[in-house]
Parts: sequence; structure tokens; C-alpha cells
Amino acid sequence: MGGFPILSVMLLVPLLAGIACLFVEAKAARTIALAATLVDLALGIALWLNFDIGGAQWQFTERAPIFAGFNYALGIDGIAMLLIVLSVFLMPICILASQSIEKRVGEYMAAFLFMEVLMIGVFAAQDLFLFYIFFEAGLIPMYLIIGIWGGQNRIYASYKFFLYTLLGSVLMLIAMLWMVNEAGTTDIPTLMQYDFPAGAQTWLWLAFFASFAVKMPMWPVHTWLPDAHVQAPTAGSVILAGVLLKMGGYGFIRFSLPMFPEASAQFVWLIWGLSMAAVVITSLIALVQQDMKKLIAYSSVAHMAIVTVGLFAFNVQGLEGAMIVMLSHGLVSGALFLCVGVIYDRLHTREIDRYGGLAINMPKYALFFLLFTMASIGLPGTSGFVGEFLSLAGIYQANTWVTLVCATGIILGAGYMLYLYWRIAFGVQKNADAAAMPDLSLREWLMLAPIAAAVLWMGVYPESFLAPMRQDIAALDARLSRAAPEGDAHLVAGTPRAEAANAVGGTHSVGHGEAEGAH
Amino acid sequence: MDFKASLALIAPEILLSLSSLALLLVAAWGRNSSRLVSILAAVALGGAAFVAAPALCAGAMGPDTMAFGGQFAADAFASFSTILIYVAAIACLMVAPTFFDRNGAMRPEYPVLVLLATLGMGIMVSATDFITLYIGLELNSLAAYVLASFMRADDRSAEAGLKYFVLGALASGILLYGISLVYGFTGTTSFEGARAALTGELSMGALFGLIFVLAGLAFKISAVPFHMWTPDVYEGAPTPVTTFFSTAPKVAAIALTARVALDAFGAQVDAWRQIVIFAALASIILGALGAIGQGNLKRLLAYSSINNVGFILIGLAAATASGASAMLVYLAIYVAMSLGSFVAVLMLRTAEGEQLEGVADIAGLSRTRPLLALCLAAMMFSLAGIPPLFGFWGKFVVFQAAVQADLVALAAIGIAASVIGAFYYIKIVKVMYFDEPVDVVKGGSDWAHWLILGATTLFVSPLGYLLTGPLGELADRAAAALFFVA
Repeated sequence: MGGFPILSVMLLVPLLAGIACLFVEAKAARTIALAATLVDLALGIALWLNFDIGGAQWQFTERAPIFAGFNYALGIDGIAMLLIVLSVFLMPICILASQSIEKRVGEYMAAFLFMEVLMIGVFAAQDLFLFYIFFEAGLIPMYLIIGIWGGQNRIYASYKFFLYTLLGSVLMLIAMLWMVNEAGTTDIPTLMQYDFPAGAQTWLWLAFFASFAVKMPMWPVHTWLPDAHVQAPTAGSVILAGVLLKMGGYGFIRFSLPMFPEASAQFVWLIWGLSMAAVVITSLIALVQQDMKKLIAYSSVAHMAIVTVGLFAFNVQGLEGAMIVMLSHGLVSGALFLCVGVIYDRLHTREIDRYGGLAINMPKYALFFLLFTMASIGLPGTSGFVGEFLSLAGIYQANTWVTLVCATGIILGAGYMLYLYWRIAFGVQKNADAAAMPDLSLREWLMLAPIAAAVLWMGVYPESFLAPMRQDIAALDARLSRAAPEGDAHLVAGTPRAEAANAVGGTHSVGHGEAEGAH
Repeated sequence: MDFKASLALIAPEILLSLSSLALLLVAAWGRNSSRLVSILAAVALGGAAFVAAPALCAGAMGPDTMAFGGQFAADAFASFSTILIYVAAIACLMVAPTFFDRNGAMRPEYPVLVLLATLGMGIMVSATDFITLYIGLELNSLAAYVLASFMRADDRSAEAGLKYFVLGALASGILLYGISLVYGFTGTTSFEGARAALTGELSMGALFGLIFVLAGLAFKISAVPFHMWTPDVYEGAPTPVTTFFSTAPKVAAIALTARVALDAFGAQVDAWRQIVIFAALASIILGALGAIGQGNLKRLLAYSSINNVGFILIGLAAATASGASAMLVYLAIYVAMSLGSFVAVLMLRTAEGEQLEGVADIAGLSRTRPLLALCLAAMMFSLAGIPPLFGFWGKFVVFQAAVQADLVALAAIGIAASVIGAFYYIKIVKVMYFDEPVDVVKGGSDWAHWLILGATTLFVSPLGYLLTGPLGELADRAAAALFFVA
């Protein structure tokens, strides 16, 4: 791309469009918002295509000394690039999903576009304080989105969301100030290589944990999530689940792990313990939900717990798996919220019992819903499988008991998702109004089909998504290796085959390929 | 230093004194001259700011800035503070006529009193001697008491004035007592002399003197536990006067406190640091808790100002040049946020022109007056310190100074307590944006209100970050002047 400041342009387009949306009427605002998000999507694809896999770690870097105390510095690695692409991919879909919004459309679109600016900013920021500003600023549009366009109990949910996440992140600011004072730089890539004293790492890690654990969200500080999800409008839920939750995981992978490897190893049991609790407890809670959105919200907490165990497995599989689960969850849970939104727009209730037998009158809808249900469970061939398998394979090397507990999450996940699907799509059409609902419109096709394609692509050929971040994960793994806790699996790798497993006409070498566990 | 050079150093103060006396004569002769007097007073303030500016740009400090044998310092620190005070005073003069005209209460004495109060503040921030300090403080306070009860037909205003006077006199008494103790134990009233005398072990008497001086000053900056007059006075005083109280005198009192603490008591940082830390945390927490239950916007903003003083005091507790610089940056941003919020409150009027002050009155304002609601919401998020609004930057530099001074625990508690404050700020946003409109705010607003609200909103918007460089540089220069003796 030469000297073209593509990241700044990606920030500028939705920003200007957002300001414009404040001053125009509803129809124009919808058009402007859709156009701006599509332009950003195009830029995001350009970003991916021009990303030099195997090249420099930080690409598309930009730097401008326009502030005192911190820098306007942007730049991305493979991890950030994929998350940016996920954000810009979901945004036009969110705008399409917002057709049912009728009050204060201009402000609504502006809030979403500002949100997009902040999300891209979080992933692209290369300066510690610039990151903090983007990270924290997301509270304002999200507070307004939940509070103005949310459901019945929106005021409570908006307060809870705002204060919970604010309390989490202010302590992180103090930790950042200390780090900058100690290291003498605000540059994230430099700080990622800086060795903080082990004693200080403990406190710094805890301060960052307070912020990211709330954002993630980890059990037991997850309680803002179901409230916020249920009360937010459909597109708000998609953005919350699709991108905002990824900020917590991104924070762990960008800050906690590389900057404080010793402290990360020290607190590994805290993370594992909370994640195991989350997987089992929130899955069981999801099993008894009567509200579709709440069920999916709780399932998000369980999936995020798989991300945290993957991240804190301290090996390549775990980290790669965590990243894929994040990307996959962004697509799948976003799609599931859209599926809920589709029938919510028709019947205006999220209560599961009010539906039933939708496979009869809405077969196309039922097909999409089934695909996303399966992806959420982690059926092979969908993106969910790749991520969950890699994460669990990673954690198996570190601790087999944690793997055992977390693997139950997949079974429980199958339980609540299939139960949900059965109650909504199968069975008799017990409610006349639900039975009269029309199938997907063109707009809904446009929303669901791209996500479905992406889910299958990631499930069948994950290499496209693994390749850009392979080098960054390896660098992170190298940085972590000095602190990695010793695993209890003691895996012994066998001799690899001479050629690929599906090679035809080669020599018959059998039995060497499988890795064997020592116990 | 000869007399002529001293007079040249106090040129802004001379300009203000002469113009206030002249305007008093104009006021005495023409009862209907209030508009003319207001404009001339604003021009005089602008002129004084212009005269004071070179000292800041040049980073003036040291013996060359001392006038009248070390009683008065026209250094960069004084210059930064006075310019801030003059700008705030000009804004308060601009918003007043519309408010008072409706009550028929606009008198030419109003701008004259503002000028005299501002003159007192100029002396306060430049004082390097306890006697100069006291003269400036009293000149400011006496004018302020009259301003608080300016609407003499209104009971609330009269009550506010009386309360302010009685409690202010008490505080002055405490301060004088402290000054007399310091004088008794050091044998001097000059800051420089006190600093030289107060080294090493602090005697019990001098410690009491220090505590009484700080208590008297804490009253003036309305820091907890000497804050109780603030909500009553802010609520009772006419809104333009409240706007004035929450900006200019605050700057003066805080700058004065910084100079006293860092200059006169600069050798005894450990003695006063714990007092300042207590006052800072107590102000942050009580200011936030007190505001939660308030149904009156002016009262709520009064608690908010107590809360903000707490954050500024964290910069003082650092007792470093970067801490002093952070205080000045915070003050500049605080003045903008405070001006903006009070002007927005001034603009809440019914169709009959009646002034509204209740939180309930702004329900659904975002639908009836979207632009006004947007500006007020920006002020609220900024006061809460949420990035990307500029209020965050004030908190940022203050906490950065605290962390650099190894006060990490103070910074952590302070910032965690700021979350309590965020609750009532977002409550205002909730009332404006989430609630059903009551649609009582109808009245039109004049250009002066929109001008000030627009300017302050632009300042606290993310665009303000473009100013971080110049603002930080000027504040650094001012802080360096304060630490010159050290």
C-alpha cells in the first residue's frame, strides 16, 4: 500500500459518517451508515490482502506526534488484523439488522459508527494510552445504545454495564502509568519486550486482569453481560458479543501474557479455576433459560472461558485455538443473535415457549439457525470445532484435569443449544401467530449468508486464518516459554511420517504418526 | 529593586484597580449603564490578561519577578493562573445580563464587583507574603459576599450571601490565627523567610500554624471537611454568580494553596502531605456520594466541584513540579467544564423565561433540545473523566504525577473512587437521553450563552487533545517558576 495511511482512513470514514448521521433524517442516515461500513469492509479486505504474511511483525504502521504524553501510533500484527477484519465484517450486517429501529435513527447510526471507530482503534493502537482511550471510550456509545434503544429493563442494564466495566478499567490505567514511568516509553511493541521486575508484575497483572476479566467476561464478574445482552437491541448484542468481548481476550494476548509472563504463570490457577467454574456453571445456567438472548449470552461466557484456558495454556496450540475461538465466537454468536432478532422482529418476544415448529413455516431460517447452532456446539466442519479442538489440545499439554472439566462444556453446550433448537424449530406449531410468520426476506438473507459462508470457510480451511497470525503466536510463545508451567501430560511426540497421511502410492509407514500420552 | 520596576510588575493589577474605580463612577452617574459597564469591564479584563501574558510566555521566574521587596511575585505561575481567572471572569460577565435583565436586577455594580473580586484573586495568586495573601483574599471575599446576595429581593440569594459571609469570616479567622502562629514561630511573614525558618524538626507551634493555615485555605477551595457551605451557597446564589464562584475564585484559591504549600511550607512536605491526601480522598468520595441524591442541578454541580477539588489536590500531594503542572492543566480543563455546565443550566428556561434548576426538568432534553443536551452530556462525560473527552486528560496528568511521586496507592484509591462519581454524571445523561420528555425547557437563548457553551464543548471534545502539547508546556513553565526557589 506504500505510504497510504489505511488504518487512519479506516478510522476516519466511520467517524465522519457518524457525525454526518447526527444531522440528517432517518432514511439518509441508514444509507450513509451502510455505505460507510461497506467502505470500511472494503478497506478491511484490502488490509488482509496486503498483509505480508511472514513479513515484518508490525505492518501498516503510522505515527504522528500530535499529542503530549502519548503518541498517535497505529500498526497491526496478524492477530490485530484478523480482529479488525472481524469488526468491519460484522458492522454492515449490524446496520442491516437495524431496520426495525424506528426512533432516533440518526443518533443510533452515529453511535454504531463511533463504536466501529473505537473498535478498530483498540486493535490498531500501538501506544499504551491511545489504546486505553479507545478501550474506555467504547463505554459511551454502548451506554447510549443500551439505554436508548434497549428493552424493558434497559436503564438498569446500562448502568450496570457502564459502572462495572469502568471500575474494571480504571485500575488498569494506574498500572499503565506505573509501567510507563518504569519503562520510559508508551510504545506497545517495546513494552512487550520489556522485562518488568517479578514483584511488580504481580500487581500489574492483577490490575490488567481486573479490566480484562470484566470485559471478557469471566465468571464471577460476568453478570453485566446477560443483562446488557438481553436489553440491547439486536445489532447491539451482535457488536457486544462479536467484537466487544474480544477486547478482553485481545488484552490478555497483547498485554498480560507478553508483558508479565512470570505473573501470568503465577496466576495460571486463578485463570484455570475461574474458567472451569465458568464452563460448568454458566452452561448449566444456560440450560434453564426461558429467554433466547439470555441463553446465548450465558453460552458466550462459557465460550470465553475456553478462550482463557487456551490463552493460559502457554503453548502454540492453546494460543491459536483461543484466537480461532474468538473469531469463531464473534461470527457464530453474532449470527445467533441475528437469528433471534429475525424472529423477534416478527413476534416481539424472546420467550422460547412462544415459538415452536418454525422448521415448518420458515425452513430456510431453520437451516441457517441449525448451522449456527452446530457451529456453536463445535461440530466438525464448522469454525467452532477448529477453535475448541485446538484450545483443548493446548490445555491438555498443560493440565489434563482442566481439559477434562472444560471438555464437559462441549457436551453441555450441545445440550443447551440442541434443546433450544428443538423448542424453537421442531415440534408442533403450538402458537398460531408463530406459525404464520413468513420466511427470511432478502435483507435477512444478506445478513446471514455471509456469516454462514465465513463459518464454513473457517471450519473447512482454517489455514487462511491461522497463517497471518502464526508468526505472532510463535513470537509470543517464545516470550512465554521461560515462564511456562510444567504440564502434567508429558506428551512424547513420535517420529513424523515421511509424507502426508493422504499420499497415494507411497511406502507403507504406519503407526509412527500418533502422539502418545505417557499416562 | 526600585519602586518603578515594582510598579511595572503589577501593571495588570493597576489596570484593574483603575478601571474598577472609573467604572464605579460611571455606575454612580448612570443607572442604565450596566451594559456599557459590563463591556468595559470585560475589555479591562482582556487588557489585563494581555499585559500578564508575556510573563507566562517567557517563563518568568526568580528575583526579577519579585515586587515590593518580595511581597508580590509576577512570575509565570501567577501569570498562568491570572489569565485563567480573567478568562473565566469575562465569560461570567458575558452570561450575566440575560439572567438579571429578566428579573430587573441587572445593575452596573455587578461588573464592578466582579472586577474587584478578580483583582483580589490576582493578588492572591501572586502573593509571596502572608500579608499580601490576606489582603488579596479579603478583597476577593468581600466582593464575593455581595455578589452571592446580589438578588437582594430573593430570600435564597440573601441567605446564601449571609451564610457565605459568616462561614467565610470564620475561615478567615482560622487562616489569620494560623498565619500569626507561623509568624510567631518563624519571625517572618514572607514565604521565603518561612521556608528558610521551617527546616528540620517542626516545632509543635509551627505545626499548628501550618495546620490552621491549610484549614483556612481548605475552606476557600471547599475541600472536605470544610466544604459544607458550598452546596448551599452555590444553590442560593444567582446562577451567573455561581458560575463565577465555581471557576475564577476556585482557580485563585487552589493556586494560592499550591504556592503556600510548595513555597512557604516547601521544606515540610511530609508534614502537610498527609493532610492533603486526606482532604483529597475525602473530597473525592464525599463529593461523589453527596451528589447522588441531589435533585437540584446547581447543588449537584456544587458537589461535583468538591469532587474535582479532590482530584486537583492529588496533584498537590505529589509535591513535585510535574504535580503542580498537572494541577494547572486540570484547573484549565475544570474551568472549561464548569463554565460549560453552568451555562447549560442557565439556558434551561421555560417559555415564560423562568429559570429551571431541577434534574427532573431536563428529562428527555435530547429530543426537545438535542444540541443543548449533546453539549451537557459531553460536559458530564468529561467531568466523569471518560475518554475521549478532555476531562480524562486532567485526571490522567494528575494521576501520572502521583504515580511518578510513588503515591501509587493514593492514585489507585482515588481513581477507584472516581467510579462513584461517574454514577451521578451518567445519571444526568440518563435523564436527558433515556427518559420521556417533559418538554418544559422552551426559552430561547442568547448568542453569548451559545458562544460560551459551544467554545467550552469544543474544548472538552476530543479536539481538546490537540492542545495537550501547548497547554502542558505552559503549565510546565508555570510550575517551574513555582519551584524556582527549591
